[in-house]
Amino acid sequence: MSTSISSTSPLVTMKGRKNGFILVLDENCAYPVLLAELKEKLSVNHQLYQEGPPISVKVEAGNRYLSPEHRDELIAVIRSYKSLEVEQIESNVMTRDEFENQEKKEQLISVAQIVRSGQELMIEGNVLLIGDVNPGGTIRATGNVYILGTLRGLACAGFGDNDSKAVVAASIMKPTQLRIGSHVSKLDAVGEQRQQEEGSDSHTIEVAYFDQEQKKIVIGKIQNVMKHRDLSTDFKRNS
Amino acid sequence: MGEAIVVTSGKGGVGKTTTSANIGTVLALQGKKVCLVDTDIGLRNLDVVMGLENRIIYDLVDVAHNRCKLNQALVKDKRFASLSLLPAAQTTDKMSVKPAEMKKIVDALKADFDYIIIDCPAGIERGFQNAVAGADHAIVVTTPEISSVRDADRVIGILEKEKQITPPRLVINRIRQHMIRNGGMLEINEIMDILAIELLGIVQDDDDVISSSNKGEPIAMTPSSKASQAYRNIGRRILGESVPLMVLDDHPGFFHKVKNLLGMR
Ligand SMILES: Nc1ncnc2c1ncn2[C@@H]1O[C@H](COP(=O)(O)OP(=O)(O)O)[C@@H](O)[C@H]1O
Ligand SMILES: [Mg+2]
Repeated sequence: MSTSISSTSPLVTMKGRKNGFILVLDENCAYPVLLAELKEKLSVNHQLYQEGPPISVKVEAGNRYLSPEHRDELIAVIRSYKSLEVEQIESNVMTRDEFENQEKKEQLISVAQIVRSGQELMIEGNVLLIGDVNPGGTIRATGNVYILGTLRGLACAGFGDNDSKAVVAASIMKPTQLRIGSHVSKLDAVGEQRQQEEGSDSHTIEVAYFDQEQKKIVIGKIQNVMKHRDLSTDFKRNS
Repeated sequence: MGEAIVVTSGKGGVGKTTTSANIGTVLALQGKKVCLVDTDIGLRNLDVVMGLENRIIYDLVDVAHNRCKLNQALVKDKRFASLSLLPAAQTTDKMSVKPAEMKKIVDALKADFDYIIIDCPAGIERGFQNAVAGADHAIVVTTPEISSVRDADRVIGILEKEKQITPPRLVINRIRQHMIRNGGMLEINEIMDILAIELLGIVQDDDDVISSSNKGEPIAMTPSSKASQAYRNIGRRILGESVPLMVLDDHPGFFHKVKNLLGMR
């Protein structure tokens, strides 16, 4: 393969930043050429990247479309150096499918029904249920679960994507089980899961979320959870 | 054209057959032409509770398979001219009848009777599908126990998907005041919170229900007992009357709560 590196404008530009660097990729050249230049650029400092302290790498592809295979390949090339960690690969361009999937993930679906024993409601995206989830009933969403009613059954947020940032909110929170991403919480004593909160009373919407520090699912008042989780985006799109 | 009402519950032994027999009796006492249909093929007992066992010649399966005419299989109750029973077969199994055959039979009965009360077997399989196939309305029976309420909820979920059936109504059976009071049984409010359907009536646990069933005389024929009164009220509500729930208890507050559930003031 020819490695024609233009001396005037490089195809891969490295920009330093805290903890590491950003790789800015040219938007127009052919992908194999780009890949070759990336390999060459990294090999210059191979000693540092193999043996030095951890370095965080962000890739900016601008208006270049990167297929999943290309993304995997870029990650593999960077990761072949022990100290390099890929933080993010950014591209402004996505396929129609990717776009539609993204849309689906971010949508808010409203459903008015009682999810009874033996029934399962599965939603791609976020769900607003107007009604109850009864014992033996299941509600799942790839995003967040909001229940205007009583949750007595099983609720699962961040389903499939293992998104541990997802939340389950309910007017009355009496679940048999909660799942957030891959985390499961059996609520033998729901009280134990509740955060000790100031002025806690039963007339408030409660939210279950995965607490990174405690490494478990906890339940808190919505007002407090909103301080560290931005739930507003779920409701913006449909307004 | 009559109306077909299926009596179902999911769980066994909660009082479907007892409820069917008594609702049928009460409606007949009110002068309606009633046909009871036992769909519990292989485990029939509505005939026993009604005291009609020894008069059975043909059964539901015979009708479904054209071995006899519908009229020949109907057992007329000697006590009321307006009450008949279509018994289940005891020797075959549930799979011997298909929902479509069942619907045909119920449709035919609707031409001759005001009410067809269909006693459903336990479970949610073929026997259940047969029982609901021809129904216009559904009554779900539960007792104040968690497992019974859970099964009732499951069945309500299935019934709500049956487009030809109106929203199911609830009978809470075998209520024991002292157990509810000391927390050993679910309260009526708790049950209504979960199931969230219209309450058709509540029936106490009453030893006379058992002894009268054993005699082949549904309790509704004995006006003095409380359970009998409860069934009469259920019958009147089916006929469209607005009847307040009985005070089961001298406990203040209870009656008010239940009145609210029935949508009365
Ligand atoms: N309200 C009641 N009080 C006392 N016993 C009852 C009552 N209702 C039903 N039973 C008894 O419970 C048992 C089961 O009732 P049954 O009607 O056969 O239930 P299912 O048809 O749902 O299996 C029977 O022995 C019946 O006599
Ligand atoms: Mg029975």
